[in-house]
Amino acid sequence: MSEITKVDYVQHRSRRKFLKGLAAGVGLIALPSKDAAASVWDEFFQKHFRELSRDELKGVITRLEKDYSKQFAKQVTVKTTPPIEGVLYGYGLDLSRCIGCRRCVYACVKENNQSRDPQIHWIRVLQLDKEKGVDLSHAEQYYNPEKVPEKGHFYMPVQCQQCEKPPCTKVCPVQATWKENDGIVVVDYNWCIGCRYCMAACPYGARHFNWGKPTLPAAEMNPVTHYLGNRPRPKGVVEKCTFCIQRTREQPGRYPACEEICPVGARKFGNLLDPNSEIRYLIENKRVFKLKDDLNTQPKFFYFYAT
Amino acid sequence: MKKRSFIVQWLVLGVMVSAVLLPDTQSYAARVKEFDRSGKLIVSDKTAAEQQPTYDIKNNSSEKTFAVPRPPFTEGIFPCSQCHTYMKPNPQRRSLTEYHTEIVLHHAEGQRWCTDCHNLLNRDKLRLVSGELIDFTESYRLCGQCHGDKFRDWKVGIHGKRTGNWNGDKQYLLCVHCHNPHDPKFKALKPLPPPVRPGAARH
Amino acid sequence: MKNIWNFFAGTLMLISKGSKAYYCWVLFLLVLMAIGASAYVRQLDEGLIISNMRDQVSWGFYISNFTFMVGVAAAAVLLVIPAYVYEWGPIKEFAVLGELLAVSAIVMCLLFVTVDIGHPERFWHLIPKLGLLNFPQSLLAWDVVVLNTYLVLNLTISIYILYNLYYKREPNHNFYTPLVLLSIPSAISIHTVTAFLYNGLGARPFWNSSILVPRFLASAFCSGPAFMLLIFLLVRKYTKFKIKDEAIQKVAEIMAYAMFINLLLLGAEIFKEYYTATVHLDSFQYLFQGLHGHSALVPYIWTAMIFNITAFFLFLVPSTRKNPITLVIGCVLVFVGVYIEKGMGLVIPGFIPDTLHEIYEYSPSNTELMLAMGIWATGLFVYTMLLRVAIPILNGDFHVADDGVSSYIGDDLFFVRQENGEEEEMVTEPKQVGE
Repeated sequence: MSEITKVDYVQHRSRRKFLKGLAAGVGLIALPSKDAAASVWDEFFQKHFRELSRDELKGVITRLEKDYSKQFAKQVTVKTTPPIEGVLYGYGLDLSRCIGCRRCVYACVKENNQSRDPQIHWIRVLQLDKEKGVDLSHAEQYYNPEKVPEKGHFYMPVQCQQCEKPPCTKVCPVQATWKENDGIVVVDYNWCIGCRYCMAACPYGARHFNWGKPTLPAAEMNPVTHYLGNRPRPKGVVEKCTFCIQRTREQPGRYPACEEICPVGARKFGNLLDPNSEIRYLIENKRVFKLKDDLNTQPKFFYFYAT
Repeated sequence: MKKRSFIVQWLVLGVMVSAVLLPDTQSYAARVKEFDRSGKLIVSDKTAAEQQPTYDIKNNSSEKTFAVPRPPFTEGIFPCSQCHTYMKPNPQRRSLTEYHTEIVLHHAEGQRWCTDCHNLLNRDKLRLVSGELIDFTESYRLCGQCHGDKFRDWKVGIHGKRTGNWNGDKQYLLCVHCHNPHDPKFKALKPLPPPVRPGAARH
Repeated sequence: MKNIWNFFAGTLMLISKGSKAYYCWVLFLLVLMAIGASAYVRQLDEGLIISNMRDQVSWGFYISNFTFMVGVAAAAVLLVIPAYVYEWGPIKEFAVLGELLAVSAIVMCLLFVTVDIGHPERFWHLIPKLGLLNFPQSLLAWDVVVLNTYLVLNLTISIYILYNLYYKREPNHNFYTPLVLLSIPSAISIHTVTAFLYNGLGARPFWNSSILVPRFLASAFCSGPAFMLLIFLLVRKYTKFKIKDEAIQKVAEIMAYAMFINLLLLGAEIFKEYYTATVHLDSFQYLFQGLHGHSALVPYIWTAMIFNITAFFLFLVPSTRKNPITLVIGCVLVFVGVYIEKGMGLVIPGFIPDTLHEIYEYSPSNTELMLAMGIWATGLFVYTMLLRVAIPILNGDFHVADDGVSSYIGDDLFFVRQENGEEEEMVTEPKQVGE
C-alpha cells in the first residue's frame, strides 16, 4: 500500500510542478506595459521585408520611426526608397591619389549611425608597400604615423564591393541578405538571425557583426535613414556598407558620404549603365583592377590609377 | 556571251574612270574617320579641314564653361587692379620684396615667374600661352595648358573632389581650391585614428 | 493511453532511482548545466561580445564543438551498418545504444548552434513556410534539414524498438528496417553537408579544398566509435547488459582503418600546401608552426597529431587492440585528438589570417568555456537518462507487467558490483507501478 502511495505522490508532485511552470511561463509573457509588449510582439512576428504588404510595411515603418525617435529624442525618418530603374551603381577608387587619411572611414561612421563602442567601421584602409604592390599579405591597417602619406607606401580602402555574384547572399540560411536590382547588397536587420555565415563567406572582410549592444550618442545620430541601410541596428545582426542607400537612391541622388568627404578626390561613384558617367569613363580609360578577381565575385568596386 | 562580257568590261572601266576623274568635293581621303567609345567606326561627313577648329583668341567659346565657386582669394586681394592700375608694370624677373612676399613660387620656378601667368598689363586677368586673357574663374584653362591629362580628367569629373548629385548637378571646384597655384604639392595630413584592435575589449 | 502514461511513470521512476554513483554523476551534470545556463543568460543579456569572437574570427569555440559533435552523431552509422545491413548479431543487440548516442549528439549540436547565433528567438525564420529557409542555395539551410531529419529518424527508430521491447513484442521488421536503411545515408549526409558548408567558401582557402569532405567522414568514424566504445565498456562493467568482445573488437578495427584514412588525407593536405607554397600556406603555418609570432594553436595541434598517430597504432596492432587498458587509452587519445584537430584545429585557422591578412588570435573566453561545458553536460545528461531507460528495457528488467497495463521494474536496478561480492541494491522487491 505504501508503495502505491509513494508512487502516487511522485506522480502528483511531477504534475504540480509542470502546472506551476506553465503558469510562470504564461505570466512572463503577459508583460505589464502594453506598448512595450505590443512592440516586442510585432517585432518578433515581423515578416521578411520582401514579403511585407504595403500596409504591413507602413505599420513597420511607423513602429520603427516611433521607437527610434523616442530612443534618440529627435525626429527620425525611415525610408524605404526602392531602386531607381536603369541604375547599377559602381564605385571607383583612385589608388594614385588616396593618402590614407581615413576621413572616409569616419564620415561613413557618422552618416551611417555605426556603433561607437563596440567600434564598427565599414571601411578598412590598408597601407601597402609600393615595392610589393597590391600584396594583401603585407597589408597593415593599424598604421598611425604623424602624417600620411608615408614615403614608400600607398593606401587602399576596402569596403563592401557590392559584388554582382555575391558569395554572402548565397549562404544566408534565411535570405536575410540579398542583392537589389540596383546592385546594392542589403541586409534586413529585423530578419537576420546572426549566424555569421555570410561573414565567413565574404572574401573582403566587408561584413561586420554587432557583438554587443551598439552605442550611438543621440547628438551624433543621423536621423535620415533607410530601412535597409543606415537605421540604427540592434545587437546580434550583421551590417555593412550599402553605398549610402539613403543618399544614392534619391532623385536627384547624392553621392555616398565617403565619396564626398575625400579631400583628394580619390573616390568616384556613378551609374554603370549610363555611358556618360564618371565611373564608365574611368573603367574605359584608366587602368582598372578588382580585388581577388580570381574568386569571380564580380565586384562593382573598381580600383584604378588615374596617373 | 562574248557581247555581254564586252559590255561589262566597259562598264567597269567607265565606273573606275569616273570615280577618279569626277570632281569630288567630298574627297574620301580627307573624310574624317573616328572611333566612338564603344569601338564603332564613325565616318563623318565633314572633311578633315572642316573638323579643325580655328583658334580665335578674342572670341574663343569652344570650351564648355563650368559653374565653379568663387576662387579662394585672400581677403581683400581682388580685384588686383585696385592697386595695380596706379603702379608701373615691371617685367623684370626678380624676387618681390615689398608686397606679395608671403608667396614663394614653388611651381616650375626655374622656367617661369609671376607674369608668365598673371597678365602684366591687366592684373585682373590671367594670360594663356596663346595670348588670350581669361578670368580667374576660368583658371583651370591656364593649368590645363601644361597639365592636359589632369584637365581632361577634371572635365569629365574624375579628377578632383566630387560633390553634388551623381545623377544631377555636379559641383566642380577650381584647381586652385585644392592646389595652391604657387606651391601646388599636397601637404601631408594627420591621419584620423586607426581602428581599435579586436583584442582590446575583452571581457 | 493509460499504457503510455504507465510507461512514462515507469521511466520517471527509473531515472529518479539509482546507486550513489548515479546520483553523484547526475548531480554533477546538473550543476554544470546550471552554470552553463547562467552563462547563457548573461550572454543573452550582454550579447556575444562576452565571447572572444570578433569580426576577424567570427566563428569560434561553439562552432568548433558543433562540428565535432556532428561527427560523433554520424558515427552511429558505424553500428547500424553491421547490425541491420549485415545482420551481425553481436552488434545488433546494442545498435540502439548507438542511435541514442546519435540523438544526444544531435541535441548537443542544436544547442551549440542556438547559443552561437545572435538572435535565437528568430529561430522560426529557419522553418520552411513559416519563415524563409534559403534551401537549396544555402548549405546551412541544408544542415537544418538534414540534422533534424537525422534526429527524427533516430528518435523514431530507437523509441519504436524500445517501446516494442517494453511490450515484450518483436518490433515490426517491415516498419523499422526502411527507416534504419534511410538513417545510413542520412548519417553520411549530416556530415557531408557540414563539410560542404565549410568547403564551399572561396573566401577561406584553408577550407576550400575538395578533400575536406572525406576528411570529415574519416575523422567522424574514429571519434564517434571511440566514445561509443568507452560507453559500452562502462555499460558492460556496471550493468547486466552483455556486450560481446568480438563486437567491440570489430568496431575498434574499423576505427583503425578510419584513422588511417584520416591521417592519409591530412598528410595529403599538408603536402599540397607546403610544396606549392602559395600565399594560402599562411593558415597551415599558423596552425603547425606559428605565423609572425602568433602560435597559440601550435602545441594543441601537435598534441592532437601525436594522440592520433599513437591511437592509430594502438588500434592497428591486434594485441594492443585486445588489451582492455590500451584499448581504453586508444579511445581516449582518439577522442581528444580528433576533438582538437576537427574542432579548434579546423575552424580557427580558417579565420587566421583573415581575408585582409590580419591576425587576431582567438582563444575562448570564460563564458564560452562555461557554456560549452554546460552543453556537454546537457548532452551527457540526455544520454544518461536515455540509457537509464534503454538498458533495463534491453535487459528485460523494464517491461509491461502481466496485466498488460501497468509496468514492471525488475529487481536489478542499477546496482554496483563490489569485488568482495557485496551488492548494494536500491530496491529488492519487484514493484508494480500504477494501477
